[in-house]
Amino acid sequence: MGGVKVHLRNPSRTIEHPGPVSIVALLQKLEVNRESVLVIRGGTLVPGDALLADDDEVEIRPVISGGAA
Amino acid sequence: MKCRVCRGPAVIDIRRHNANFCVDHFLRLCRDQVTKAIAEFSMLERGDRVLVAVSGGKDSLALWDLLRELGYEADGLYIGLGIGGYSDRSGEAVKAFAQERGWPLQVIDLRDEFDYDVPTAAKVTKRVPCSACGLSKRHLFDKAALDGGYDAVATGHNLDDEAAVLFGNTLRWQTEYLARQMPVLPARHGFPRKVKPLVSLGEREMAAYCVLRGIDYIVEECPMAAGNKHLGYKEALNEIEARSPGSKHAFYFGFLARAAERFRDAAPDGPEESGLGLCTRCGAPSTNELCAFCHLVERSAGAEPVVLTTKGAR
Repeated sequence: MGGVKVHLRNPSRTIEHPGPVSIVALLQKLEVNRESVLVIRGGTLVPGDALLADDDEVEIRPVISGGAA
Repeated sequence: MKCRVCRGPAVIDIRRHNANFCVDHFLRLCRDQVTKAIAEFSMLERGDRVLVAVSGGKDSLALWDLLRELGYEADGLYIGLGIGGYSDRSGEAVKAFAQERGWPLQVIDLRDEFDYDVPTAAKVTKRVPCSACGLSKRHLFDKAALDGGYDAVATGHNLDDEAAVLFGNTLRWQTEYLARQMPVLPARHGFPRKVKPLVSLGEREMAAYCVLRGIDYIVEECPMAAGNKHLGYKEALNEIEARSPGSKHAFYFGFLARAAERFRDAAPDGPEESGLGLCTRCGAPSTNELCAFCHLVERSAGAEPVVLTTKGAR
């Protein structure tokens, strides 16, 4: 059984989610704030309304960095 | 999603602009925002030599790339902080970035040149790591800029950074910090001009800029910063931003336009006004015989190095 492969960080892990699913819906399901991540597929950005199919593989990359100095 | 400018396929949505952009028009937006910030706050002039503080993260590498794209003579300075494998990987990323482009990069390693590192200094001086790190970086960037004859030091502080710092300073009404939280700090005796050309770009945009420009930055977070207050402020602001796009921009730029002036009197005097002396060791302006950096070095150099584990320092 396949699905969309989703790579997440902090902690680093990979999950599978049934496709088709839009980026917005996927992030909502994972309770990830869209302001704090980018979704990347094949080295480029995936827009919010893109539909991911079962054989897709994406990275959800956090963009927040913490040094205050 | 279609690009607001050309109606071609968009790759990113920026909710505070209520707009989507294709690759080319997003990159142009970033360049335009930096150009506008530099002009609006009189950060740089044509012909200025700029020293870019680079860490290997998205913001500083994007800043270096943007300043070069805009035609500035911008060189890099990387400081090896000695934060275990994180620093090793950061240093490699910066060196590879500079080498691929043939851009001048100066490297200062705290352990090699001053016999300490940030985790050890934090433990010995009982400072939080971000404080020991910031003190070291500020001093060394200032010194390198003055020694190298640069007109300004540029740092990669973005809109999210500035809004989060403002949020923290406002929560505690730290008026002396509010007075100094500007996108440009003019040169003063012993200190170079400091500029923040990314203040109108969010960190999601900076990460997107790097992805689209093929900039291989360090994605992992500094292990010493995990769980710090600054990250908590950013998360809180992003919750607000998700409900009300544009809030971070309105908060920070509203402060600059309508509130910052009111805190001017709370700014500490510069060295000329307060009659500061000079550090007897390095010559930097200081209220004491030794400046804060030399004091930190004196206490930390030669101390038993702190070993970092996956659970933090020990």
